[in-house]
Amino acid sequence: MSDIAQSTSQSPSKSDQSGHDHHGPAKGITRWIYTTNHKDIGTLYLWFSFIMFLTGGCMALVIRSELFQPGLQLVQPEFFNQMTTMHGLIMVFGAVMPAFVGLANWMIPMMVGAPDMALPRMNNLSFWILPFAFAMLLSTLLMEGGGPNFGWTFYAPLSTTYAPPSVTFFIFSVHMMGISSIMGAINVIATILNMRAPGMTLMKMPLFVWTWLITAFLLIAVMPVLAGVITMMLMDIHFGTSFFDAGGGGDPVLFQHLFWFFGHPEVYIMILPAFGIISHIVPAFSRKRLFGYASMVYATASIALLSFIVWAHHMFTVGLPLAGELFFMYSTMLIAVPTGVKVFNWVSTMFRGAMTFETPMLFAIGFIVLFTIGGFSGLMLAISPADFQYHDTYFVVAHFHYVLVPGAVFSIIAGAYYWLPKWTGHMYDECLGKWHFWLSMIGVNLTFFPMHFIGLAGMPRRIPDYALQFADFNMIASIGGFLFGFSQLLFLYIVIKCIRGGKQAEANPWEGAEGLEWEVPSPAPYHTFSTPPEVK
Amino acid sequence: MSSPDSNRSQQVSNSGSAGNPIRTVKRLILASIGMFAFGFLLVPLYDVFCDITGLNGKTSSKAYATEDGLLVDKSRWVTVQFLTNKNASMNWEFEAAEHKVRVHPGELRKVSFTVINPTTQRMTAQAVPSVSPSEGAEYLLKTQCFCFEQQELSPGANQQMTLLFRVDPKLPEHIGTLTLAYTLFDITSSTDNAQALALLDNPTGLDQPTLASDL
Repeated sequence: MSDIAQSTSQSPSKSDQSGHDHHGPAKGITRWIYTTNHKDIGTLYLWFSFIMFLTGGCMALVIRSELFQPGLQLVQPEFFNQMTTMHGLIMVFGAVMPAFVGLANWMIPMMVGAPDMALPRMNNLSFWILPFAFAMLLSTLLMEGGGPNFGWTFYAPLSTTYAPPSVTFFIFSVHMMGISSIMGAINVIATILNMRAPGMTLMKMPLFVWTWLITAFLLIAVMPVLAGVITMMLMDIHFGTSFFDAGGGGDPVLFQHLFWFFGHPEVYIMILPAFGIISHIVPAFSRKRLFGYASMVYATASIALLSFIVWAHHMFTVGLPLAGELFFMYSTMLIAVPTGVKVFNWVSTMFRGAMTFETPMLFAIGFIVLFTIGGFSGLMLAISPADFQYHDTYFVVAHFHYVLVPGAVFSIIAGAYYWLPKWTGHMYDECLGKWHFWLSMIGVNLTFFPMHFIGLAGMPRRIPDYALQFADFNMIASIGGFLFGFSQLLFLYIVIKCIRGGKQAEANPWEGAEGLEWEVPSPAPYHTFSTPPEVK
Repeated sequence: MSSPDSNRSQQVSNSGSAGNPIRTVKRLILASIGMFAFGFLLVPLYDVFCDITGLNGKTSSKAYATEDGLLVDKSRWVTVQFLTNKNASMNWEFEAAEHKVRVHPGELRKVSFTVINPTTQRMTAQAVPSVSPSEGAEYLLKTQCFCFEQQELSPGANQQMTLLFRVDPKLPEHIGTLTLAYTLFDITSSTDNAQALALLDNPTGLDQPTLASDL
């Protein structure tokens, strides 16, 4: 492997760029519009996702400002509902998913020793659909009747019979996001299955590649079902069918079944790549090999398979028969086993390792601790009789924010810090990175931990006003929300600072990091592994 | 250095994972289309599943053909309750003449319901039944029901509607009470379109919109 490292680093990126029109990036804006380079497209995805993260974050801050104290102060309930809906949609489809696709674009070809993604033009298309989809989604806020106000789960008949007229634009934009995700997933699978370097067998693939392969199969399996559901909504609204209208022989509960058949695998789509990232960072900063590589792969696969048979735990209160409640309760609890295997493996990797705590590692440890808390509250929610009490309260909000914010988002941030030297060729500011971590860590917990308490005490979610006894915890949560939100501007500053300069990064800036991506120089040349490396 | 394209083909042929990406892509596209179709297939599957298991309290959408051989079990009483609900946007009046009847299993019983259209528009309504506990749904045998058809009323008009039913003597012992809830839906706007379409196919105009008749 060291041979390749030398041969690649011997051809400096400068000569690559001047040698051939093909090899360097084009100049100006057309570079980004016409690009088929996986690194360019990865960068586009990551910046897009960050912009969406800030957009959805602003909406979260509107929500937290309104909830700062009881009573209606800032916004009307109608607009509040649009904010909760759009916040959810944008964070799920605009921030977390594109961020993982961006990381996949940047890292997977380098990790498997491929020169690019398998379908570079489709890659370009699948990115460039997104800005249009989200521009359309955001434009609904300016339309008569307002934007989507039915919650990100868009349950019928709220999203059909009682929806604002703009719902058609919502449906079309979700269709576009779905097509983009499916194309991205096809690209990832085609790359991983066909373009691995000689010698890289499946069980030698880095875990980020493994988790993304499984995630991509989940996307192929469930995004078309989502497309089907919103097509049925469209037909109910405009073409007189009655899929979800009981008056015409349909069933609104059917909507929930179909939605969660997509929705539950979707939550694993948002966390499996995170598991992959953490499985890279923890060994690197513990200076040990990952404990239990094979069990990690099997655990990921079993989580993915189980995700298809647990969907009705989101709808325990719709009136499922007892047998159904029990089946979905036990199958949900079963997921804790492979997830527990993963947490055990990460902790065992750290055990007696020579650990250092650079920013990526801090975020990774934050991930492990806080994601586990989110997992445990998930187990509580899985207990069907208890769920009748927790359903649609802030406890649910606390649970899924714990798995998505210090879960998925922390892992993306950790991955960004980990690979920033490879992307930019510079080291980021370690001191500011640590500030970013601690501010985020405190902000996240201040925001979401009190939500457990107000949820257990009975505060319902998706309401702009609440009873007086919830006031103190809501105020704490709002302060935490602003702290977390503004800390992300520090992240933006750190990334820009790192792009513009800083200490020159070596090919492998981390003592313990392993993988093909660290064998190419930093910054990674525009084209890497034009000749495939040999993996032993 | 050669062009990236030739590099890629060389890459593929040398690959440890030698495979044809085009074939993979074709399969994946087919899988996506298949899953899209599967999403729609889940709709009838859901109905079949509810039908077989009797979940969801759905009663049969067809009239029960009377079997004279059905024995009346004089030794047992079953209470049948009737609930009349209106969908949020529906402003008809809808009442059952009796809210509760006691019957012997197997005994044919008639209950009448009244609807009044107090609005100034001609409207069409559809009643959708649901039985609770859902386990008992398949034992409630309806010989005649207004829910098998639609009700069309001119402004201010009222109508008596009949339900003829019997309780199957095979009703499990532990069920002593069955609740039959009707929800009345305003389907005026969808029948306007559907009837226009149906008239093209069936000039008698007696046909119902397809989905409603699948109830």
